[in-house]
Amino acid sequence: MLKKFWFLSIIIVIAIILPLIVQSSYYRHIFILILIWGALGVAWNLLGGYTGQVSFGHAAFFGVGAYGAGLLAFHLHISPWWGMIVGPVAAVIVSIPIGLICFRLRGPYFALAMLAVGEICRLVFTQWVSLTNGAMGILTLTTFSSKLPYYYIGLAILSFSVYTVYRLMNSRAGYYFVSIREDQDAAESLGIPTTKYKMYSLIPSAFFSGLAGAFYMNYMNYIEPSVVFSLPDVSIMIILVVILGGVATLWGPVVGAIIFVVLSELLRSSLGPAHLLVFGVIVCLVIMYMPNGIMGEVDRIKKLLQRKGARIGSEIT
Amino acid sequence: MSYFEVKNLVKRFGGLVAVNNISFSVEKGEIFGLIGPNGSGKTTIFNCINRYYSPTGGKIYFKGKRIDKLPTYEICRLGIGRTFQVVKPLRRMTALENVMSGAFLKTSDVAKARDRALEVLDFCGLFRYRHFPAKGLTIADKKRLEIARALATEPELLLLDEVAAGLNPRETEAAMEIIQKIRSSGVTILIVEHVMKVIMGISDRIMAINFGKEIARGTPQEIVNNEEVIKAYLGESYAQGK
Repeated sequence: MLKKFWFLSIIIVIAIILPLIVQSSYYRHIFILILIWGALGVAWNLLGGYTGQVSFGHAAFFGVGAYGAGLLAFHLHISPWWGMIVGPVAAVIVSIPIGLICFRLRGPYFALAMLAVGEICRLVFTQWVSLTNGAMGILTLTTFSSKLPYYYIGLAILSFSVYTVYRLMNSRAGYYFVSIREDQDAAESLGIPTTKYKMYSLIPSAFFSGLAGAFYMNYMNYIEPSVVFSLPDVSIMIILVVILGGVATLWGPVVGAIIFVVLSELLRSSLGPAHLLVFGVIVCLVIMYMPNGIMGEVDRIKKLLQRKGARIGSEIT
Repeated sequence: MSYFEVKNLVKRFGGLVAVNNISFSVEKGEIFGLIGPNGSGKTTIFNCINRYYSPTGGKIYFKGKRIDKLPTYEICRLGIGRTFQVVKPLRRMTALENVMSGAFLKTSDVAKARDRALEVLDFCGLFRYRHFPAKGLTIADKKRLEIARALATEPELLLLDEVAAGLNPRETEAAMEIIQKIRSSGVTILIVEHVMKVIMGISDRIMAINFGKEIARGTPQEIVNNEEVIKAYLGESYAQGK
């Protein structure tokens, strides 16, 4: 317990002072991307990992959050930072009818419905030019010239989402989420209203996805439907990030986000779009050899390292 | 009005009538047994009671309240717990977490739920396995875990579906002991069982069914001597030849 506390404190301190040490705005940009992907992964993981309701369309929430912020600036000419409230709320509003309809059913309905919702959003936001400016996207003005404020806002969002998931998973709701994932019939027979608790998992998940989207808009200052509602680059990528880091683990999505972002930045210049291939291979290897993801197998990894250490030690003596 | 009452229950699956006009009532504090050959409709009756299935016809009352239209979780909240014949452990959760998931019905406090769950695990003889993942338990312990989880919801009426099936004699003894202990703690029990030693040993009253219909009802003694029951289990020629 104490060890965990120290470990967490060290990570927090590093996260706070890291951008002060690293002055390069390119590296700071990478850190910010990690924070956005981390928050998105944590949001997906709450619903898909802990509650077992896999979504193939979280881009819908991300994009609605981003457009929630962008449209405020575009139509009403007010600061897109207000979108940090409007965006996530809009994402939640989108999520509620989907959940109410699909969560009564079992099987892959929710996953497929989300896939459809993500694509519908992309098409609507592309075609409805009078509202969204269509494929031309929305451009806003940069608020801060330095990356530093963005970094800390991103860090706050990620911390907020991780903390919320931590609190949820250590309460009755968390036990209920996992029960629903493990066996819905058993959960019902224990008095758990499963539809309701799936909603309790969906709503924060949509909220944090929307928040990440709204922040993305404010940070990038430019969004277009094909980017924020992308099926392969957002919806599917979140799932891979979480699988890589560890499904249903608190820190897995963050670890996955670090690996994904760093890797794609490293390989993008040399391999171009094929950098995704490398990432795909890594995900395959993780699924084959570490089915619970990196954070899910952390104990096993530790044990392996210790055994190796012990063997080396015995050879010396 | 009885404590728990099933009236003219019918369950049809397409053309198959799985439960055909079954009626019975259970008094508070008793152990009521339900027996019958394979496929006679025992588990279907359970599934109708906790509304895992919707009954095709008939009414079910618990403490005077009609419950056959309520959702499954609501029935548990009213105080009817159940176990599953084909065990449904929450596989990747520990035994303790399994039971806590049940205990959360009565409290939203994690520490209280944990204390309650540990008590129940101890009661069912699973205390030493509390940190084992449920999927790693033996079948006997998984069946106990089913009971423990249901007990953690603090039911007044407990539906036990073949908790002794597939257990060896020693495990069967232990299961019977647990059931007796549950009864003496004031819980009414409705039990489906194939293992005759168990059901004859602990039931106050038994109803025998075959092809979804009642064929006999009475004390365990009356049931074992009933010609219809013998016929259902051992065939017509045996019943006549005896």
